[in-house]
Amino acid sequence: MCTLEKRGDLFLLTLTGDGEHRFHPDTIATILSLLEQAKSQSTRGSILITTANGKFFSNGFDLAWAQTAGSKTGAANRLHQMVESFKPVVAALLDLPMPTIAALNGHAAAAGLMLAISHDYVFMRKDRGVLYMSEVDIGLSMPDYFSALVRAKIGTSAARRELLLSGKKIRGEEAVGLGIVDSAAYDSEEGVVEASVRLGEKLAAKKWSGEVYASIRKSLYPELCGILGLEARVFATPKL
Amino acid sequence: MCSLEKRDRLFILKLTGDGEHRLNPTLLDSLRSTINKIRSDPSSSKSVLITTSDGKFFSNGYDLALAESNPSLSVLMDAKLRSLIADLISLPMPTIAAVTGHASAAGCILAMSHDYVLMRRDRGFLYMSELDIELIVPAWFMAVIRMKIGSPAARRDVILTAAKVTADVGVKMGIVDSAYDSAVETVEAAVKLGEEIIKRGGDGHVYGKMRETLLREVLSHTIGEDESGLSVVRNTGSKL
Repeated sequence: MCTLEKRGDLFLLTLTGDGEHRFHPDTIATILSLLEQAKSQSTRGSILITTANGKFFSNGFDLAWAQTAGSKTGAANRLHQMVESFKPVVAALLDLPMPTIAALNGHAAAAGLMLAISHDYVFMRKDRGVLYMSEVDIGLSMPDYFSALVRAKIGTSAARRELLLSGKKIRGEEAVGLGIVDSAAYDSEEGVVEASVRLGEKLAAKKWSGEVYASIRKSLYPELCGILGLEARVFATPKL
Repeated sequence: MCSLEKRDRLFILKLTGDGEHRLNPTLLDSLRSTINKIRSDPSSSKSVLITTSDGKFFSNGYDLALAESNPSLSVLMDAKLRSLIADLISLPMPTIAAVTGHASAAGCILAMSHDYVLMRRDRGFLYMSELDIELIVPAWFMAVIRMKIGSPAARRDVILTAAKVTADVGVKMGIVDSAYDSAVETVEAAVKLGEEIIKRGGDGHVYGKMRETLLREVLSHTIGEDESGLSVVRNTGSKL
């Protein structure tokens, strides 16, 4: 389902296998626990890179699982369960005491795209993979923390409109132009991961305090932190 | 400390001497009283303020050595700078920062709190150093950053990589309005811009009120906000 590897300074979180890496409650719980593991093992110079195998980074919540509840109410409850349990994943990433990089090997849709933009840096492929907020097409409303994440990370009203209201499948070059990803200059899965590792090593060399990094990151996004219930301030003890 | 010159209808405020122009309580008081003098000048609503400096630094931020020796002074300097920035935001005239040296942390906030930022490209950088020196960025600094830097990626680069932003990069990021080949040319351009603005006419009082509305978010932090978890020094000494 997903694995956490340590390679020197780098924590590599991978959504494994060839499927759509949909977020079922079990997947969400696993991701959360792996993030907690990375946090507990973090030191100065730690970096998180999140990626996936195959055609998809993640296609969002496991809606098929929601449907198998057997009733409309049951399906709605299951969807609500996934929405609520995914919120701590976003919070954990915002709170993580190290720089974070999403290396998009393939398509990122809905909650899958939200996972991506919860990272400090996002790289994607030029040749493959689209970003897609499917909600407007499938008639789902958006959780408050999704919109707050989009407002925090994507700056122009045109970009937010294209992403949330157009049902567009956005490819690499356009994603860079809209400010959704940092770079889409890569022609392969390996290329995206290599670029992430290069950036990761550059940031790791700064040996920043993870606690200070996380605190400063949270203060960049006060509205989002408010919705996630994250304290943006750290009451630091003075050095004596 | 600081000097005030009147050139026709331009007020030129200069941080004097060859030092780092650290924003200690004395300099902050001096700046505030000078701004008050400008405000109460009868010609103020038809004038322009240019702020510049002597030497290698615009300002290297708070006096951290002082704060280390007496932590209550950290609170005092923050309160005094907040008041100064509130005064600049409500000032009934356009303001231009002619940045001819390094502007770090609180010094960078001071520069960015002007309506126009003109900067030399041959030397000096804007540097939100907090991540490097392990200081928390106060919430009201973040409000200035949000108001003055439009792109989420640029904000992240400035705050979360502690980027040393030279003038040309600053122009690209939308932090700096224009870049010049030397200190002298920067100040000359500021004077020219000031004179153009004055020629356009208009009522400084209206201008000041509109600016307050535009930057309301910064003012809501600067006036009367209770923040007990203020930035606390962990390390002394800048890396400059």
